[in-house]
Amino acid sequence: MIWTLIGLPLLAALASLRMRADRPRRALLVATAVAHAALTGICWIWPPAVAPGAWVGLDAAGRLFLGLASGLFLAATIYAAHSLGRGREARGRLTEADTGSVFVNAPEAVFTACLLVFLAAMTLTVASQHLGLLWVAMEATTLATAPLIYFHRQPSSLEATWKYLLVCSVGIALALLGNFLIVVAATASGAAGTLLVPELIARGAQLPAPWLQAAFAFLLVGYGTKMGLAPMHTWLPDAHSEAPSPVSALLSGALLNCAFLGILRAHAICAAAGLGAFSGNLLAGFGLVSMFVAAAFIVGQTDYKRMLAYSSVEHMGLLAFGAGLGGAAIYGAMLHAANHSAVKAALFLLAGNFLSAYRTKSIARVGGGLRRLPISGALWLAGLFAITGSPPFGTFASEFTMLQAAFAQGRGAWAIAALAALAIAFAGMAKAFLGMSLGRAPEATAADEGERWPTVLPALALLSLSLLLGLWIPQGFASLLGQAAQLIGGGAP
Amino acid sequence: MNAASVLHPLLAVLAAPLLFGAINRTKAFFAGRCGPPLLQTYFDLWKLFRKGATYSRTTTWIFRAGPLVNFACLLAALTLVPLGHVAAPLAFGGDLILLAYLLGMGRFFTVAAALDVGSSFEGMGASREVQFATFAEPALLVGLAALARETQALSLTAMYAHLSGPAWNGVLPLWALLTGGFFILFLAENCRIPVDDPNTHLELTMIHEVMVLDHGAVDFGFVQWGATLKMWILGAMVVGLWLPETRHPLGNLAVGAVGLLALAVVTGIVESCMARLRLLRVPQLLVGAGVLCALGLMLTFR
Amino acid sequence: MNNTIDLILVALVLTDLILLGASRLRNAIRILAAQGLMLGLLPLLAHRGGPIWHALLLGGGSAVLKGFVFPALLNRALRETNANREIEPFVGYVASLLIGVGALALSFWFGARLPLPAATPSQWLVPTGLFTVWTGLFLIVARRKAITQVLGYVAMENGIFALGMVLVEAMPLLVELGVLLDVFAAVFVMGIIVFQINREFDHIDSDQLSALKEDAP
Repeated sequence: MIWTLIGLPLLAALASLRMRADRPRRALLVATAVAHAALTGICWIWPPAVAPGAWVGLDAAGRLFLGLASGLFLAATIYAAHSLGRGREARGRLTEADTGSVFVNAPEAVFTACLLVFLAAMTLTVASQHLGLLWVAMEATTLATAPLIYFHRQPSSLEATWKYLLVCSVGIALALLGNFLIVVAATASGAAGTLLVPELIARGAQLPAPWLQAAFAFLLVGYGTKMGLAPMHTWLPDAHSEAPSPVSALLSGALLNCAFLGILRAHAICAAAGLGAFSGNLLAGFGLVSMFVAAAFIVGQTDYKRMLAYSSVEHMGLLAFGAGLGGAAIYGAMLHAANHSAVKAALFLLAGNFLSAYRTKSIARVGGGLRRLPISGALWLAGLFAITGSPPFGTFASEFTMLQAAFAQGRGAWAIAALAALAIAFAGMAKAFLGMSLGRAPEATAADEGERWPTVLPALALLSLSLLLGLWIPQGFASLLGQAAQLIGGGAP
Repeated sequence: MNAASVLHPLLAVLAAPLLFGAINRTKAFFAGRCGPPLLQTYFDLWKLFRKGATYSRTTTWIFRAGPLVNFACLLAALTLVPLGHVAAPLAFGGDLILLAYLLGMGRFFTVAAALDVGSSFEGMGASREVQFATFAEPALLVGLAALARETQALSLTAMYAHLSGPAWNGVLPLWALLTGGFFILFLAENCRIPVDDPNTHLELTMIHEVMVLDHGAVDFGFVQWGATLKMWILGAMVVGLWLPETRHPLGNLAVGAVGLLALAVVTGIVESCMARLRLLRVPQLLVGAGVLCALGLMLTFR
Repeated sequence: MNNTIDLILVALVLTDLILLGASRLRNAIRILAAQGLMLGLLPLLAHRGGPIWHALLLGGGSAVLKGFVFPALLNRALRETNANREIEPFVGYVASLLIGVGALALSFWFGARLPLPAATPSQWLVPTGLFTVWTGLFLIVARRKAITQVLGYVAMENGIFALGMVLVEAMPLLVELGVLLDVFAAVFVMGIIVFQINREFDHIDSDQLSALKEDAP
């Protein structure tokens, strides 16, 4: 089953490279996404068992993140297939108002193939029970997404791609070092070395502390680079803002989660070895720093896609904070991962609508969104409330859970600091978002068209999902979250 | 302290000019020439010591003392340096510091004599010389520190006597590094290519030659002789790392002499195969030598 | 056998130092190739148990990849971008060397603090690996050209590989090969991007890739 999930997108990628015509290729893309989502749904309803000693297996956390990745991929491909079609018709006539440069796009076949390979790599990452395999898959995601960022073939996206490739590769190389140190720790007591996560957790007590601490530090810095924790986040604003909108949605919504899963597996091993306090404090510290750094850059931001990217940094910081606190906060972190993925992906897709309507990424030049793009504008406002953690959206529930757990653990000061960062970010984003939605719209030109359903339906669906999670969490989903939290050493609230 | 120890400084004073001859002959061989005779340096010294000197009115006693003090320092240094397993006549804890300072004092007086002339030409050479010394001396001391740490001794004689057959195991990397570092320092201190060309006559490229440009006759004779002694001393430090021990002390001395001649030939080969480095690169080279010695020092921290 | 491994490790440190001080791109690429070839020897020398063909495959693959393929890719990128062959550093060569010595001392200190598992072939392995990783990172940060950054990345991978190769004999062959493959793909993609950068910007000076900076408030 898992191999089908991985193999299907790979085969589709090969096929899409061979296809000449665009329409069938886009259809193949959407079809693969639907099939993948269906298979993931089957995995949710009838979870496959994780065989002991297997390198690949979907445990609860893996299922959660796989579901998020698959669902987001479906939403993004629906949007992408439509916008690729529009882009094809308007080729050469689209210019970006800020720089005046023309959108020249890369070959679509490469784009489609890279997207599908990206999906396969992400699936492998979340399904991997072997740290070495996890590493290989993570590096593969970096390599698969680099050409995607460069799709629009502009100097700024080239710069973003270079930074992304270099910084993430360096980070992941450090994670490889962490892998080696873990194996050394595993062999220290004379037993055979292993990189299988369940085995390492079982042997937790025998792993020597200094090696494990060094390993965790490297894994945190390495995968934290990929996740976007400050101060290793420098590639994120550039890459997520320069990439095409559906790619940005996937990067922010799905890929960051995969990196988070890598860190969580390392954290689980440390917790099993009794070093949970050490790794948790480190995680929470990085999380808080990320939140403040992101909040500082959100205020006064002039580019709305960059603002969304910094918001991703902030929420990743919040996830790390929650995971680091432990206990009930981990459940909150899992819930927040789901909510954030849905909302952020929706926001990026809406940003894509704004970009194609207004032809600019500058916040100051976008106004009257509610008038010009009624549905997108309204969803944009809803998204503002969702991303900043206002009720009744799911982000409120997850953030509340995490902060409540922090207070319960006696770490009130940390919680207040996190709240302060969230408040600063809220202020910054509210100003920008409100300005974009309200106010006067510039004159509509003849080349504009109304909103087509593929551009708004995915965002609507995702935001509704987050709203749903805020109001009522289905029992099956709650137990999935609880199981995932338990794997990492937490419990249900 | 035995016969070989006493003979060593004597041999050095008498035989050091042969080293220059060996280098020149090697270079000539590589250039396809016949080259000057092996004893040419002796002939030059003989000629110089019989000439009369001219002194400029701008110079003071420093100018006349410079070469003499340099020579005296080198003679004193000779009594401290062992040649492989041949013990030095004077050996005590910390003599390696004294050696470095004796060489430094000799250099100081050479530079002072150069500045005393009052010409900017010599001043330029002096400034370059001390700039290189700034990089070379720490490297030398670090290398000696590494050697001292490894052999657990603070006297040069004890350090160089440490190595014999079975002790090779485990110190090979350290020895190789120290040899590299010391060899670069040897080339630098003796003004050989790639640091300085002893045969150059171009104004802008001279370093050591230009410092002693105004010395003549007896003074210049002492300068040349001192240069050969310096080569012997530093060469003994390089070669001494690799000399095997023979049963008879005089045998050690003979082996040492042969080693020094071999080093001279190697220097000739290096000079024939390389060009002089750009002046900007010389500090980099010396820092490289220092880094080699530092790496050696770090290897001793096991 | 111990002596040989020690010599190789010392030679590795020397190549790192030369990389720090190298001023010509061609030379730096050659030194990197030498590093790769030396690393290929390590698995064979450190082989302690398990099938010999495992070590042969890994060592041979690593040697071929890092000794021949990567330098060929980098040289091709160098030729096609027609770049000025000097490296153009942010931090000068002498300063780099001196900082490198400091980092080397730190690596030794750090390596001494980690209790070594019983079966490491040499006590200088951890410091050497750490120093090579540091050298790679330093090259990425302190050098201007994009090609040098790729060089730094490969040097970093060399260091990690050295650590992994010898510290660990339990790494499954498949994973090691996967690592090698990933590194190869990364360098390949980086080479392509460097070419694109040159085509787009007419230079490969990553310091000038600063259009995406935050505007001053």
